[in-house]
Amino acid sequence: MFKILKKTQFSEKVFEFRVHAPRMAKHAHAGQFLMVRIDETGERVPFTFANWNPEEGWVEFIFMVVGKTTQCLSELNEGDEIRDITGPLGCPTEVEGDRVAVIGGGVGLAIAYPVARTLCEQGKKVSVIMGARTKDLLILFEQFAALPLENLFVTTDDGSMGEKGVVTLPLRRLCETDAIDSAFCVGPVPMMKFSTLTCREFKIPIVASLNPIMVDGTGMCGCCRVEVGGETKFACVDGPDFDANLVDWDDLAHRQASYKAEEAESIKRHEEDCACQK
Amino acid sequence: MPEVKYRPNIGAPRTPANEEPAAERARDFRPVDTGYTKADAIAEANRCLDCKKPLCMEGCPVGVHIPQFIEKIREEDWAGALKTIKGDNLLPSVCGRVCPQENQCEGKCILGKKGEPVAIGQLERMVGDMADEVGEAPECKPSNGKKVAIVGSGPSGIACAGELAREGFDVTVFEAFFTGGGVLTYGIPEFRLPKAIVKREIKGLEELGVHFEYNSVAGRLFDADELFNEDGFDALYLAVGAGLPRFLHVDGENLPGVYCANEYLTRTNLMKAYEFPEYDTPIRHGKNVVVFGGGNVAMDAARTALRLGAEKVTLAYRRTEAEMPARKAEVHHAKEEGVEILELCNPLRFLPGPDGFVSTIELQRMELGEPDASGRRRPIPIQDSEFAIPCDVAVTAIGTRANPFAKLCADVELNRWGLIETDENGRTSNPKVWAGGDIVTGAATVILAMGAGKKAAADIKEKLLAE
Repeated sequence: MFKILKKTQFSEKVFEFRVHAPRMAKHAHAGQFLMVRIDETGERVPFTFANWNPEEGWVEFIFMVVGKTTQCLSELNEGDEIRDITGPLGCPTEVEGDRVAVIGGGVGLAIAYPVARTLCEQGKKVSVIMGARTKDLLILFEQFAALPLENLFVTTDDGSMGEKGVVTLPLRRLCETDAIDSAFCVGPVPMMKFSTLTCREFKIPIVASLNPIMVDGTGMCGCCRVEVGGETKFACVDGPDFDANLVDWDDLAHRQASYKAEEAESIKRHEEDCACQK
Repeated sequence: MPEVKYRPNIGAPRTPANEEPAAERARDFRPVDTGYTKADAIAEANRCLDCKKPLCMEGCPVGVHIPQFIEKIREEDWAGALKTIKGDNLLPSVCGRVCPQENQCEGKCILGKKGEPVAIGQLERMVGDMADEVGEAPECKPSNGKKVAIVGSGPSGIACAGELAREGFDVTVFEAFFTGGGVLTYGIPEFRLPKAIVKREIKGLEELGVHFEYNSVAGRLFDADELFNEDGFDALYLAVGAGLPRFLHVDGENLPGVYCANEYLTRTNLMKAYEFPEYDTPIRHGKNVVVFGGGNVAMDAARTALRLGAEKVTLAYRRTEAEMPARKAEVHHAKEEGVEILELCNPLRFLPGPDGFVSTIELQRMELGEPDASGRRRPIPIQDSEFAIPCDVAVTAIGTRANPFAKLCADVELNRWGLIETDENGRTSNPKVWAGGDIVTGAATVILAMGAGKKAAADIKEKLLAE
């Protein structure tokens, strides 16, 4: 059992949990993740480490409510316990060069944030590009703004905050002005795909943190398999970061959609159960 | 009183197994074989010739004293029978159910030369299942103050843990999943090995004083140096298995609806996807399911598909049924339940339907050539023999490879397949580290993994107590 020490709500649907996990705190690195199972009937879902403290023995993860499990998780409070947390899993993030663009889209901003923070701590010159469909879905703005960044760009599809448009607009400007040596991106597949194409034009290396569906997270099942450079890789043990230029994006998008119907059924049922209890 | 000499019931037929009717059982996850009654067990025990030089014992990888425990059954001394078996094998309820007895103990039984061998597996599981009734009193030597860490709670890890705990060692088992048992839990389905039995065996180990640390991934959450230097362990046994799936590497294999058996079985057995949405983990239910492979894992996947409601389950194999490595009983059960076996064909590609999920498989006919290194005739593709069958769920069960976490955890020598090199006692190149089970042999059987655990335990004991 893992005790929730602190719950922070960043916005309507975005939360951070600090949980007691001394051994995990000692071994966690930026870019690695953990798998959570809330209770006996729960599924296993991956979240990236947001922060950790080996002296105090805790780790933190950020999540956005997108389905049944994240909804149930958001209903837990300080002092409650989570049945299982497994980690650290995956390989730590490595980014080459001193000047790095960190690009985060939608829920991916929850992963981009700890990466940007860690790169700042490593003394790199970090530019962040935040993207979302609308202002309401743009998460962690204040947290990003508090980092010692070189640049902070915000784009929204509808122009409700920052620049109207997509993340590749500021990314292209950074590339054109020779302001970055490399890039890191995480978010929806189209956003990662087009960020990659932009970087490719300028021969700037780019790493993507991939987010396929996972079951065990330890390489045992191959559910998270992705095609990278024509080879089958398991995102949970070989990644989740890969050279974005080698990723088969269509394949990833296809596999992410495998359980759309079941996910919808699960959340609908949960909402009905909640309504009954009220 | 003069000793009454035992007279075997020569010529009596093998006592049949008690199986649920195929048509009914194939639709749910209840156990297929409900096991022998006491009367069945005694009748079967009376068939044993009580050989002076029992060949059956030679066929058992852990050397269970078979005639002795069968004698106890005849005497209706159930506690004595259990104690006799557990002297050599800590998991009789498991082994009696999943060992390929036809290649082991029963394969050597002298009665099998002319008729049917004694049903040793059925007797062993029956006695194992008596554990709750006879009430086992675990016996352990007093603590010797030495600490041993075991990585992996599959058959090899738990066999090693049990042996060491009985010898007075302080044992901790680190397990990556949230529950113990390894392949016994995530791999072998409920209808073949009820999970309550695995839970009972783990509880038995806890009663012997073994500690279990779940959610603990070796090489990520801890490593060998930390276990030795900070946690004070004196030795480490690596039993992480060979759980990484192999893929066919053909076109369309990444289409949604194409699973490898590990994922299909983990979702079903460990995460209970068959109870979705009571349980949160989903699984795709296919009408036409095609499984590739001829081993036990393929049989388990095919029979699982039936129980998930498939209308038609086809098992496609490169060779013929005669070459299938699966347990004979499981091939028989699978066919009885309606699994169709398509011999001599190999998948060429998976094709998607309009919804983007797999909908068709293209296959190629094979013929058998000369025997290969495994002694089985090698399948060779037949030119221009391609054909297609409908398929909305495909499951590949073509084997597994070494788990990489052993290497991340401890500095030990590996061979070119990533398996750990050991001597016959399980010693690795690192003097404080032993290894055994599938991570040393590659995918093999439950009982061989247990045998390796036992051997390593004996060697760890000898080495640590000599210090």
